[in-house]
Amino acid sequence: MSEGLYSMEAKDFDKTLDLSKIKPYGDTMNDGNENPSVVFYQELTPGFTFLNCYGSCTHTVDYTNIYVPKVESNTMDMYETDEYIKENIGRKIVIVGASTGTDAHTVGIDAIMNMKGYAGHYGLERYEMIEAYNLGSQVPNEEFIARGIELHADALLVSQTVTQKDVHIQNMTNFIELMEAEGLRDKMICCCGGARVTHELAKELGFDAGFGMNTYADDVASFVVQEMVKRGMK
Amino acid sequence: MQKSKLGLDFQKVEYARGLAKGIAQDVQTFVEQYTTVAVERTLCRLMGIDGVDDNDVPLPNVVVEALKDKGVLSEGALFFIANAMIQTGLNPQQIAEKVAAEELDITKVVTTDPKQIADVLQPVIDESMARIRARRARREHYLETIGEGPKPYLYIIVATGNIYEDVVQAQAGARQGADVIAVIRTTGQSLLDYVPYGATTEGFGGTFATQENFRIMRKALDEVGEEQGRYIRLCNYCSGLCMPEIAIMGAFEGLDVMLNDALYGILFRDINMQRTLIDQYMSRIINGFAGVIINTGEDNYLTTADAVEAAHTVLASDLINEQLALMAGLPEEQMGLGHAFEMDPMLENGFLLELAQAQMTREIFPKATLKYMPPTKFMTGNIFRGHIQDALFNMIGIWTHQGIQLLGMPTEAIHTPFMSDRYLSIENAKYIFNNMKSIGDEMEFKEDGICRNRVKEVLGNTIKLLEDITKEGLFTALEKGIFGDVKRPKNGGKGLAGVTMKGANYLNPFIELMKGKR
Repeated sequence: MSEGLYSMEAKDFDKTLDLSKIKPYGDTMNDGNENPSVVFYQELTPGFTFLNCYGSCTHTVDYTNIYVPKVESNTMDMYETDEYIKENIGRKIVIVGASTGTDAHTVGIDAIMNMKGYAGHYGLERYEMIEAYNLGSQVPNEEFIARGIELHADALLVSQTVTQKDVHIQNMTNFIELMEAEGLRDKMICCCGGARVTHELAKELGFDAGFGMNTYADDVASFVVQEMVKRGMK
Repeated sequence: MQKSKLGLDFQKVEYARGLAKGIAQDVQTFVEQYTTVAVERTLCRLMGIDGVDDNDVPLPNVVVEALKDKGVLSEGALFFIANAMIQTGLNPQQIAEKVAAEELDITKVVTTDPKQIADVLQPVIDESMARIRARRARREHYLETIGEGPKPYLYIIVATGNIYEDVVQAQAGARQGADVIAVIRTTGQSLLDYVPYGATTEGFGGTFATQENFRIMRKALDEVGEEQGRYIRLCNYCSGLCMPEIAIMGAFEGLDVMLNDALYGILFRDINMQRTLIDQYMSRIINGFAGVIINTGEDNYLTTADAVEAAHTVLASDLINEQLALMAGLPEEQMGLGHAFEMDPMLENGFLLELAQAQMTREIFPKATLKYMPPTKFMTGNIFRGHIQDALFNMIGIWTHQGIQLLGMPTEAIHTPFMSDRYLSIENAKYIFNNMKSIGDEMEFKEDGICRNRVKEVLGNTIKLLEDITKEGLFTALEKGIFGDVKRPKNGGKGLAGVTMKGANYLNPFIELMKGKR
């Protein structure tokens, strides 16, 4: 029966941890060498079946060579950021945000900007030293930039939720191109955010920073104010 | 008097409802004096005008633009179409084609005699009304013969961008147990001041709502419904700048459910509030007559505002939406008033607060086909926790007898649903709905407990809010950001240029016909 499960016999387990060839871990090092097995299946509609399969992964990951670009700033909380602005900038800063292009989802920009914030992190509207303007959704890039100029924005926040067919990449690229064409790219700090946005992608597209999953208003505000000081924006 | 499991004070509920009625009447007085380009295009469609010109501009737009350019839109499309019919002897479609070819000026008036105008329009009106009645009868026949799934209906979305792919996804969903298929619209369609024409295969985050796409999906769902022995409802979006036009297309093509909120476009699409309130009236008249269940969008308030703190705004808006819908002749059974399971999952006893809210909504709107929305705001990409959040949501759905359960997807916040995601969600709901079928009939709420106290608080706050709105009127309340923390100016937003006061010769007999004859 199941005596194998409780066998006390010594086994020759693989105990080598090679960080350049990380393999999936089941319950012992580098295990999971059985043949893939279909543990569950269900026909959904003719031609399509739902399967749950368990099997070993033959790919390895070179852990020694992973580089994850991260936003380089110390995350401060709201009070610390407000203090930081008073001490280092000496005036209220202006941050303008929107869900731009055709994207109708405000959930991301609201989580960062609304007074209430998200998951216990206050939004930018609550910061004493930040004038925060949330322009909502479906704001065309041209209009967004025009409002940024009008409000004397120090930083612009672009939120993108819909990513089907990479529509967010096209839209964000267009935004940076417009900023460059207007000669504004260096005058304002440009950040983007969204569930599928990474800092790496943001940098690649020409933004100063990108904020993805598990980042909050604190992270955005901290980055903006420290970057402003770094650039000598007063 | 109805008995409340939550100890709700129904006198207070009726007081709140009375306040909402006053607010709605105030809006209604305004609405009845105006028309919009969207309403007039709807009337063109009711005259049988369809198709596009050489530049792909829909003919209803061509006709209405011609009136607008001449500054005579206030007299209404029907007045001029009737005049052109008398003058030329052509039918409305031929007239529209001539306008598109610039061969006819329809602003020439030959008569203002109401009797003569009514006589020429009557056969066309009768034909449209008969067409919608036949569609409605077709649905009713299906419901009587093959029947439908039990409530809460399982509602899933398809959003491939390609109507033919949508069909594959929708039929798969129906085979797994879905009762309602919603075809999500392409992002940005709500801001188009026209409805695109023909079958479409390109869209972002959804598929264009067109009359041809409606037809294709209706046919596919009828096929799979007959195969499964269960009528499958089709849902689309009567929102944005073309609310009544989408409504009439749905009525012609046999749609069953329409997102059709009075305030949603104002708050979340920045559409001008006058425009939306006028448009929602005509669209709801049509939906009421066509037997379409409308869904309201209060769930959206909770994605922007906090679900615990803003719970009363959902109830207040549901009450206003109910009154506006009644004024459009829409029966209570066709009201899919919206609410949502959107509290932070880390909240202690959050489940009880959600349960209380859902039970309260059920008791306050006993006849409504309530639409219950799943967690979205606090879905993290952790599909395993997400699947459990959806399970808790499903428990409340069956417990409190919701009408339509919009199924949450474990992959919410990652991508538009895959076929396999829908399968897991449908399985989740079917398991819980069956396994906990009668829990609501067995369980009671403890005297002075968390749930009873919670609804007392929410109802109290709702009344306060409705009293405030009563004092200043809905328009001002919206300007102050009362719903969803969103502020909208009365003369701001998109689409205001399409609003016109009705003139002396204006007529729209469909309002009375559709509201009167069920």
